[in-house]
Amino acid sequence: MEIPRHWRLKQQRYGLVGEVCPHCQVKVFPPRDVCPNCGGEARTPYTFSGRGEVYSYTTIYEAPAGFEDKAPYTVALVKLEEGPLVTAQLTDLGDKPVEIGMPVEMVTRRLRQDGDDRSILIYGYKFRPVMN
Amino acid sequence: MTEVVIAGIGQTRVGEFWDLSLRSLGVRAIRAAIKDSGGLQPQALYAGNMLAANLSRQAHVGTLLADFSGLAGIEAEALEAAGASGAAALRQGYLAVASGLVDVALVVGVEKYTDLIGPGVEAALATTTDSDFEAIHGLTPAAQAALLMRRYQHEFGLPADGLAGFVLTAHANGAGNPNAMYRKAITLEAYQKAEMVSDPLNLFDLAPNADGAAALILTRRDRLPRDFPHPVVQVAASASVSDTLGLHNRPEPLWFAAAQASVEQALKKAGLSREQIDLFEYYDAYSIYAALSLEAAGFAARGQGWKLAAEGESGLQGKIPCATMGGLKARGNPGGATGVYQAVEATLQLRGQAGANQIPDARCALIQALGGPASTAVTHVLKRAD
Ligand SMILES: [Zn+2]
Repeated sequence: MEIPRHWRLKQQRYGLVGEVCPHCQVKVFPPRDVCPNCGGEARTPYTFSGRGEVYSYTTIYEAPAGFEDKAPYTVALVKLEEGPLVTAQLTDLGDKPVEIGMPVEMVTRRLRQDGDDRSILIYGYKFRPVMN
Repeated sequence: MTEVVIAGIGQTRVGEFWDLSLRSLGVRAIRAAIKDSGGLQPQALYAGNMLAANLSRQAHVGTLLADFSGLAGIEAEALEAAGASGAAALRQGYLAVASGLVDVALVVGVEKYTDLIGPGVEAALATTTDSDFEAIHGLTPAAQAALLMRRYQHEFGLPADGLAGFVLTAHANGAGNPNAMYRKAITLEAYQKAEMVSDPLNLFDLAPNADGAAALILTRRDRLPRDFPHPVVQVAASASVSDTLGLHNRPEPLWFAAAQASVEQALKKAGLSREQIDLFEYYDAYSIYAALSLEAAGFAARGQGWKLAAEGESGLQGKIPCATMGGLKARGNPGGATGVYQAVEATLQLRGQAGANQIPDARCALIQALGGPASTAVTHVLKRAD
């Protein structure tokens, strides 16, 4: 059980809240309080739009513990429109083949189950194809 | 600075050893290395291990190994840097001897995978990624490699079987290594038919996680026994560089910046150029890493690393022989022990003891272990000292 840890991360998991650097305006995700671009202190929260495109993707057949019931599932590097890359699962794919460059948007879904049968469910961001 | 030499080497075979424990593997390699050195007694032990706390519920590995090797009383610590743990231990031993504070250092790398089987192993491996922002999404190290491989295909026009050359070369070399896990060459057809693990990465693109231990005795040249029976191999340079832990925090994921910087630093410290390197033990935990490592090390232009293998230039007779004893792919990937295996194998080459896989008159070897997708890169130059 790691309830405090997941609670601590809820703004990131549910809201894709990162930071914006007040010195050079670079957007940062996940938050790290130190700007990776200019090295200055960057503690200003910034909520990402949740829109982006697929930078790369893979379908995982050999899943780690906690994800076996979901395998095979697709994980992507998503390039957010504000700049950063983020690691997340793709969901609601239907029959749509995934492609690099495909527009996607954030949704909230169950990420995994923590521990044994009486354990907590962890929710967080995934990305789905943008509906036209 | 003091000249640091490799006085002794030891290794176990790499494989699945249900009857051997973490400690017994480590002790075997340690005893072999001490014997090979002519009986030098170490004053300090540096252990490289990645996952014993997860796989065997055993932390405190340095002291465990010192104790069960009959060395209790000496300094003993373990170092962890994911897949670069063994190389980090080698660097620690090098620094200790080079500083003059330790006369004889024992470096040992050990990993015991088969204490655990099933999805728990993948979950343990995933702890080497960013746990809060990578592993929580079901990402594994193999999947990270797959993400890079897909993007590389997209950016550089890599054909679907474009990385096969690395795999075929490694397996061909494994055939000549008595300690390798796989000692049979494989065919292109077998590669093309292999099942997907994390597409486009197939079963053959992935080095097998396996049990193993390797050890080194390091000392100053003037401490070698008078009748030391081997050609002397020197640690000519050591460099360790970190990058972002998460792959997603890189401006250019397909460029292994830490690997590049550590090679640059190591060559500079050794006073060598790339042309003087006779062999390169790279970190081919995934075949795409072999391509990216060759590019980062400057042996190939960006997007061209895969062609070295496709054209046979990374084979034993090629321009830059790589994975000369099978690499991680065919020797097997014993996690935190890998960096020490690389040093043992390069020492065999430089001593002229590599048997069927001997690179004629090998004098300088570059060895590099990576933690994650080059989130850590530890590079050493080993050099024949006569
Ligand atoms: Zn900034």
